[in-house]
Amino acid sequence: MEAITPATRVPIGARRSVVATRRFLERFGLIAALAALPIYYGAHDLISGYPAGFVDGHQVVAHNLTRLGGNLAVGFSNGAIWALIAIGYTLVYGIIELINFAHGDVFMIGSFTSVGLWGSLGLGLTTGVVGLIAGLLVTLVVVMAVCGSLNVLIERVAYRPLRGAPKLAPLITAVGFSFILQNVGLLWLGGSPQGVNDLIRQDHAVFHISGVPIQRGYILALGLTIPLVLGLAWFIGNTRAGRAMRATAQDPEAARLMGINVDATISLTFMLGGMLAGAAGLVYAIYETNVWYFQGFEAGLIAFTAAVMGGIGNVRGAVLGGLIIGVIQALSDARLGPQWTEAVVFGYLIVIMVLRPRGLLGEETREAG
Amino acid sequence: MSELRAQIEEWRAAGRRQVRRLPSWSNRAAVGILIVLGALLPFAFAETSGFLNATIISLAYVVMALGLNIVVGFAGLLDLGYVAFYAIGAYCVGWFGSDFFYKAHLHVGVSHFAGTLPGIHFNFILILVCAVAITSVMGCLIGLPTLRLRGDYIAIVTLAFGEIIGVVAVNGQGINLVDGMTLTAGNLGIPAVDLPYFPIVGTFNLLDLRPWYWLIFVIMLVVLFVNLRVRDSRLGRAWVALREDEVAAVSMGIPLVRTKLLAYATGASFGGMSGAFLGAYFTTVNAGQFAFSFSIFVLAMIIVGGLGSIWGAVFGALLLSYINYYLIPDVLNGLPGDFGLNFSLTQLSFGIFGFLLVIVMVLRPQGLFPERRRALELTEAIAPGGEEGAPVPPT
Repeated sequence: MEAITPATRVPIGARRSVVATRRFLERFGLIAALAALPIYYGAHDLISGYPAGFVDGHQVVAHNLTRLGGNLAVGFSNGAIWALIAIGYTLVYGIIELINFAHGDVFMIGSFTSVGLWGSLGLGLTTGVVGLIAGLLVTLVVVMAVCGSLNVLIERVAYRPLRGAPKLAPLITAVGFSFILQNVGLLWLGGSPQGVNDLIRQDHAVFHISGVPIQRGYILALGLTIPLVLGLAWFIGNTRAGRAMRATAQDPEAARLMGINVDATISLTFMLGGMLAGAAGLVYAIYETNVWYFQGFEAGLIAFTAAVMGGIGNVRGAVLGGLIIGVIQALSDARLGPQWTEAVVFGYLIVIMVLRPRGLLGEETREAG
Repeated sequence: MSELRAQIEEWRAAGRRQVRRLPSWSNRAAVGILIVLGALLPFAFAETSGFLNATIISLAYVVMALGLNIVVGFAGLLDLGYVAFYAIGAYCVGWFGSDFFYKAHLHVGVSHFAGTLPGIHFNFILILVCAVAITSVMGCLIGLPTLRLRGDYIAIVTLAFGEIIGVVAVNGQGINLVDGMTLTAGNLGIPAVDLPYFPIVGTFNLLDLRPWYWLIFVIMLVVLFVNLRVRDSRLGRAWVALREDEVAAVSMGIPLVRTKLLAYATGASFGGMSGAFLGAYFTTVNAGQFAFSFSIFVLAMIIVGGLGSIWGAVFGALLLSYINYYLIPDVLNGLPGDFGLNFSLTQLSFGIFGFLLVIVMVLRPQGLFPERRRALELTEAIAPGGEEGAPVPPT
């Protein structure tokens, strides 16, 4: 046995204070860390003010929370897209404990498919409202079907043969498929970002909430995400297939003994994850008005971070993590400069992991049980 | 009880059989012959051949893979941010072996010519020492927040660190240290890094790749030797014990914090050595080199090779880097032209690499050279009471 480390010899009283500090940090540190950015910038805007454009040639300095509100609106709508992708990660992780690296690229294929479909359907800047809505609905259905099937196919080819293999083996096939899909994207639309028709004129403000413009893009992102997430939650909570998914996530062996077709359930999980990724791909293409083959990799990294932040395996956690990351990104983009955003997001992730090692809402995986 | 005793007897007999198979010196002789063959290898190729270039890069990747294998393979801590140590190692060359800090004048053991240049110029060995020191400290720093975490949470926190280091490298141009000298040169890159110089041998140059090969070959041998010795040491066994069952290992008196941090530090220092070599070999340190895909590439090497197995890491690294740096660019790219087809495979290199990864893993999930202990665990977990070393039955 090695010598006892000094830390264990600290007097009991001191230890108690250490424990108290730690408990305090665990309870309030997380809230403090999460609220730090918005509160700091809110206070900054209120006290020092910020330049709010020119009136009659004079610079106007505003002292209100409108700028912060604008940041939050961007953040939540961006976060809604990350949430859709993050659910795919968290569902797959919950059921087979695999970081599905190819998931981000399925999302990318979703974007590409939507852009391709708009071309074939003839959706353009001159399309009327009815045609646009009908066209987008058709695109949504097709894209969800394509991405869902693609995800099922990947599972069948690359992950199912590796059940019972060492835990990290499917991780490598996932990386392999990620490369393959990226190559498909590269051949499809070339190596540089491609502009997409701004079909719905997404930066058109529909209405204002106390000075914060609510753009069409925000409404689309949130208006598609909320029903999809609610629908998914209902499906998992209330249907027979959803119960099979939960049972398989808890214990595949026991689920098999209870007569659940585990393979079909896992396929279904990949199907759902892929469908949500496809929907996210459609929203992303409209919202960002450009697509490129590497977007899936970047989005996948962010979405996976969101899933972990919320507590992996936990669908509500993935949504929460996605929204939080969206807000952090928006704040950092607007205030610190976009070149630091990635570092800020990952810095936040580390802080949250240190304060709450199982994610914000707690994990729901077999290991946790 | 008697069954157990019989089993132990059987194992002892098996052990004796194994020892008796070859005389004890033959192993050493084989190692010696291999080393000599390895040292003579560059004479079989032209001084600037593409194959020699690929071999040098491959050996640098072997060193990386051996380092990551300690963290992921031995200690079972999934590290997705290994690129951080490549970056820091490479920046050590940029900082301590170029005129990047042009206002400083510090020369230690460099050639006469480099001694006249502004900036900090250290001998390459000294740079390696700096790289090892800095990366092992950084390894501990990265390890600290992961101590309470387990499983894939460690993966995401290390990934986060790797990405942060990458972002700092890109934006380091804007970080002012002293007197207008910045931390990094961002995407412009630190150009014209010193070529390694050794007394008697002289300064390396890029028209003769052989000295580079011998340098990385020696580094690789040292790292390999350290790896082999550490694996069987008290520390190495502590790593494996932690990997297998953390609670049991700690209750047996293994100091958790120190053992884990040592794994991070050791793995990181090898990454730093290799990073320093690659920085000098590419003669520029560019922030664009340090992408997440690098970490994945090295991780793929050790998993394809067989996680936790030293020879697996070596062969996995050689295999994947030869595929990436020789097979795809130098061999396959000419093929369509040879068959009279009018397209280039460069556009497909990504996909081919991914396809090969999938094929290898599906055909051999346990890796090419799985560690014996792990192979046993695998077969036991699936077929309890099955024969030792029995093939994995399909599920």
